[in-house]
Amino acid sequence: MSLKTFAHGIHPRENKEITALKPIRRFPFPPYFVLLLSQHAGKPAKPIVREGQEVRRGELIAVANGFVSVPIHSPATGVVKKVGTSLDFNGKMAPAIIIIPYPGSLQQVECWQSRDIDHMTPKEIIQGVQDMGMVGLGGAAFPTHVKLTPPKGKTIETLIINGCECEPYLTSDHRVMLEQSDDIMMGIRLLLKGVMAQRAVIAIEANKPDAIELMKKCSEGEKQISVAVFQTKYPQGAEKMLTRALMKKDIPSGGLPADIGCVISNVATVAEIGRLLPRGQGLIERVVTISGRGVQRPGNYFIPIGTPLDFILDQVGLEGRAHQVIFGGPMMGKGVAFLETPITKGISGIVVMADAEHKSRQKIYPCIKCAECVNSCPIHLNPSTLGLLARKDEFDQMAEDFHLFDCFECGCCSYVCPSHIPLVQYFRLAKEAVRKKRSAA
Amino acid sequence: MIDIQALFVAVSLMVALGVLLATILAIANKKLHVFEDPRIDVVEGMLPSANCGACGEPGCRAFAEKVVKGGATPGQCTVSSSDGREDIAHFLGVDVGAQEKRVARLACAGGNNVARQRVEYLGLPTCQAAHLVAGGGKGCVWGCLGLGDCERVCDFGAITMNEWGLPVVDEEKCTACNDCVEVCPKDLFSLHPISHKLWVACKNEVFGEDAEIECEVACTACGRCAADAPEGIIEMKNNLAVIDYSKIEKVTDTCIQRCPTGAIVWLGEKGWVKKGVGAKGIIRKTPLPIG
Repeated sequence: MSLKTFAHGIHPRENKEITALKPIRRFPFPPYFVLLLSQHAGKPAKPIVREGQEVRRGELIAVANGFVSVPIHSPATGVVKKVGTSLDFNGKMAPAIIIIPYPGSLQQVECWQSRDIDHMTPKEIIQGVQDMGMVGLGGAAFPTHVKLTPPKGKTIETLIINGCECEPYLTSDHRVMLEQSDDIMMGIRLLLKGVMAQRAVIAIEANKPDAIELMKKCSEGEKQISVAVFQTKYPQGAEKMLTRALMKKDIPSGGLPADIGCVISNVATVAEIGRLLPRGQGLIERVVTISGRGVQRPGNYFIPIGTPLDFILDQVGLEGRAHQVIFGGPMMGKGVAFLETPITKGISGIVVMADAEHKSRQKIYPCIKCAECVNSCPIHLNPSTLGLLARKDEFDQMAEDFHLFDCFECGCCSYVCPSHIPLVQYFRLAKEAVRKKRSAA
Repeated sequence: MIDIQALFVAVSLMVALGVLLATILAIANKKLHVFEDPRIDVVEGMLPSANCGACGEPGCRAFAEKVVKGGATPGQCTVSSSDGREDIAHFLGVDVGAQEKRVARLACAGGNNVARQRVEYLGLPTCQAAHLVAGGGKGCVWGCLGLGDCERVCDFGAITMNEWGLPVVDEEKCTACNDCVEVCPKDLFSLHPISHKLWVACKNEVFGEDAEIECEVACTACGRCAADAPEGIIEMKNNLAVIDYSKIEKVTDTCIQRCPTGAIVWLGEKGWVKKGVGAKGIIRKTPLPIG
């Protein structure tokens, strides 16, 4: 059987063997939690606690501010130390709530109500997903309930459960599929009802045979749920690549998956919905892969949201002098400059590069027009020309004539460029400049 | 054999057509004539042709039109020399117009000898690119990244990076064209009349020692300057001293004397910066280690 896939793409070294066989373990509580109010795409949440107030684990501490926003729950029983600002991973001061957990507390999770899931209407399910503070756990942190609410006049036929996990190093989705398969099945049933879809497809890359086997076994007897196996290739897990490979349909430029009748949700998101929604509990922790050769005890951990990064690195131990810390995977993740920054809902991995993996500043050579980048770009852009234009600050032409905003910054072009041109950084810079200009106009 | 008659007809037809069209053009020239003040061309020639936009007009030609019409005064061109402005005023017979020279000023004094760089940044060597990668990795997230976008964007060569990676504005050359203000991703530049001597060279919004850990010359929001200045001139906002420049005439350099870090300064002639006597001395000449 030939495996489903898309054109172009790359095969970076996976490095998944470091953590793929390590079961998910719990993580200790840090001395303090920093809960950024803007952990999701959209409007920041509104705090409803004051300084000095006691909060219980799972209690609502900030409410959603509008439709494209989600609430935040306390990750621990403790006391609110400050409602102020803190550094986020973009190196900006952002509004945040700081909570100090009580050392002697039982830390029992507070659930607001358990739900009768058999009799919930689709609307109640989607509302429940918002109330639990659910965002896409794959990395983009887009509020899940917004995704589940298709624009008027569009119907959802297919629900794609994304378990591809094409980023190197990361294994959190893999472990979730192996250890929380019942939660995933429950989540899929809830979401199928919520979006009124006909079928659900669990998409898995061929490099996770154990997960494929388990998911196939679990979905036996379920008429609506099937498993699709994809070729191992980066970036197979991107929305546009998934629909291309699975349905032979492209998401229109600037459009949503709903435009071609599907909703794509990360497998960890679905597992959390299946686990938490029936209980009526908020999202207060998530599975994070901590990996890289700079870590002494790599693994997959249940980490409470709001745990500061320096505490995590203390716990897992650093191998010598860490050179680079990345939130997310090495291809699309973000470099971290401040170790005080906390874990947010969208962080699926922490990769610590050691000395050996470190690259010093590489000299940037001129483009030799070898077209390696053109042959790797999964959405068939022309990174070479875009890069040349970016160098000349022709940002408007990039956006208008060369589809700059279709680029989702997968990093394939920068990865293959023999001249070490930092193409993705150029594109990020250009997008920022164009956005600034458009918002000013 | 040449047909003389045909030749004659062709030539005379072309001549007649030429005369006819010339007449139409001549009439159109008279009837449709748009009067343009010849002085606009002259004034444009006297302007520096920098097309920098500092006056607020799209270019020198537009400014010349406005000046001739009386909508602007020659003094509003900050790039011309004072002689040049007077020449234009004399030519048009108008007043030069009082326009105080403005210069760009940097609200940061954290060179790499006093401000900590937390991580080494290896990407594209421009401030705007570095700003998008976790804010650039400087310990003070408001501080100057020192990669010189402002130096490159300045058309007049008025900005040079000093040995500690901070831009220095040459007040003689600066024309207040606003380019550096727009390019700085940290919004550290602003335009100020040259007579504003009191200046807070910091944007750090962290209180007290926490600010000083990252940068030795940060404003710690101690409030001494606000207490020493005449009522209502300096106010502490978001842990930062903010000067109300509408009441600036009354201020002398007494209010900077007790500043413990030297974040508030008194700017002298020719780029000379005076710190208060209470400010700690900075003797380190080498960059701080990264980390």
